[in-house]
Amino acid sequence: MKIAIASGKGGTGKTFVATNLFTYLQRLGINVILADCDTEVPNSLIFIKAKEKEAHKVMDYRPIINSDICKFCGKCADYCSYNAIFYVPSLKKISLIPELCHGCKACSVACEYGAITDSELEIGVVRSYSDKKDSTECNIFEGRMQPRELTGVPTIKSTIKYATIPEADYHLFDSPPGTACPFIQTVTRADFILLVTEPTPFGLSDLKQSIETLKKLNKPYGVIINRADLGNDELLSYLKTDNIDLICSIPFSRQIASSYAKGKLEIDENPESSKYFKEIYEYLENQRLKIEL
Amino acid sequence: MKRIAIISGKGGSGKSSITASFLALSKNTLAIDCDVDASNLYLIFNPIVDDKSIYISGKTAKIDTSKCTSCGICQKTCNFEAINIIDGKYVVDDISCEGCYLCSRVCPFGAIDMIDSGENYIYSGKYRFGHMIYGRLSPGEDNSGKMISELREKADKLAEDNNINCEIIDGPPGIGCAVISTITGVDNIVVVSEPSLSGISDMKRAIEVALKFTNSIYVIINKYDLDEKNSSDIIDYCNSINVKVIAKLEFDRNMVNAMLNKASIIEYSPNCQCSSEIKKAYNSIINNNCI
Repeated sequence: MKIAIASGKGGTGKTFVATNLFTYLQRLGINVILADCDTEVPNSLIFIKAKEKEAHKVMDYRPIINSDICKFCGKCADYCSYNAIFYVPSLKKISLIPELCHGCKACSVACEYGAITDSELEIGVVRSYSDKKDSTECNIFEGRMQPRELTGVPTIKSTIKYATIPEADYHLFDSPPGTACPFIQTVTRADFILLVTEPTPFGLSDLKQSIETLKKLNKPYGVIINRADLGNDELLSYLKTDNIDLICSIPFSRQIASSYAKGKLEIDENPESSKYFKEIYEYLENQRLKIEL
Repeated sequence: MKRIAIISGKGGSGKSSITASFLALSKNTLAIDCDVDASNLYLIFNPIVDDKSIYISGKTAKIDTSKCTSCGICQKTCNFEAINIIDGKYVVDDISCEGCYLCSRVCPFGAIDMIDSGENYIYSGKYRFGHMIYGRLSPGEDNSGKMISELREKADKLAEDNNINCEIIDGPPGIGCAVISTITGVDNIVVVSEPSLSGISDMKRAIEVALKFTNSIYVIINKYDLDEKNSSDIIDYCNSINVKVIAKLEFDRNMVNAMLNKASIIEYSPNCQCSSEIKKAYNSIINNNCI
């Protein structure tokens, strides 16, 4: 089962849930993979001691425009939908503006004179890790985009591609916040989405946006409330009214905040907290029949 | 025009809460919410919207099956693997389609149209401290960076039309192009950090990006008492790179209570430690700038 852990609002506890759930499932003997798809600021590896085994560069297409061969017909600039080709025929000047290039290859297709050749730019990296002492099998994957790049989407796609191990029983995708493309790329390959939220007006507003998107994508979801006692009842009313499954409710605790701050897993610092992850696991197993259909 | 942008790297650090407080302290200031993916400032301030404009973020290809001959040229040419065969028909996958127009250009039968892919909105209006402008990205859209650039342009015009000389900008989480569009041309960047290893890691990445735009960078440590050792490490780090830590806010449930009461902490609990620290922080920035 592929489970995405997502949230409209940042900082609700996605990584907290993903890393603790991952470890909980592992200790049950389940073959589980963790993929950190928060490519702008991936954090999962702070919480899990693992050895890096491989790094895969994520490459994107970039054209090289050869101004010696160029006939200054302007067709490439016409084909470019991103204003990424700086073209001044009177000065015989043509060049690519790399920051605007989306790697669509339209210019290359347009050029009838062979003045555009293919090249690649590294836009991100997917690192694979193993937290098992005597194993080379990777079970944790982290996607990290180059900060200057336009989008983390290709890196997310790549991360999920490397992380998809057929033999694994569970895949957990730690999603980036928001409801834009990076979120969509992460959840689109998931069978079920755990939405982590907080009972505040900010949390509720962003949760509603996430749900609106998931409905459009026809993806099943359930909600986990984190810091459940820091806020008001609006969230609970909304979940009840809209018949949305509340999977688990985790109260705010300085203990949890402290473990998190130190980069420690809560289920190690406070074994009693396993009960939350047991609840989530049992819910997911109950949903398995529905999900796998 | 004086500008202050509040970013963090890490989500949930307290950007919007601190932005709201700065707005409560500042005069003749335009409030700009650039977190178009998860706009929150309007939830506190409830502005009366007097202008709503649509922003089309891009295009998506659509294949007209009545003209399509299934020649497959579009699929071969698409560099994003966005064209699939479903039930024997060529179909564009909206999620993967980047709206580059290439398939529509190469189709020999003119069977591909480019349609507007997302209706996003930019709102402006008035609230209790003045003017506010914010955007709401349609769920599933991309290119929030482009929309934020548009939002910033509209904001500058709004400020000019109303003789406003200061802009305070609530930024999105992360360090990607949405943040870059938020901080372009901003002279003062506040990085809000929380004292967790994740928060510190993200703060460093955010500072790294911010330094490309200005040297006036200020750090605020939120919930500092949740881990005093990490807070101390943040201060040491900032000292080592010549970045000022201008406030240390203690963890206070009133920050949430203020939000529930649609107020900034400055209005809700003016004498608490957080309010004092935020006032101190705000004064640091304006004194540094002689605003």
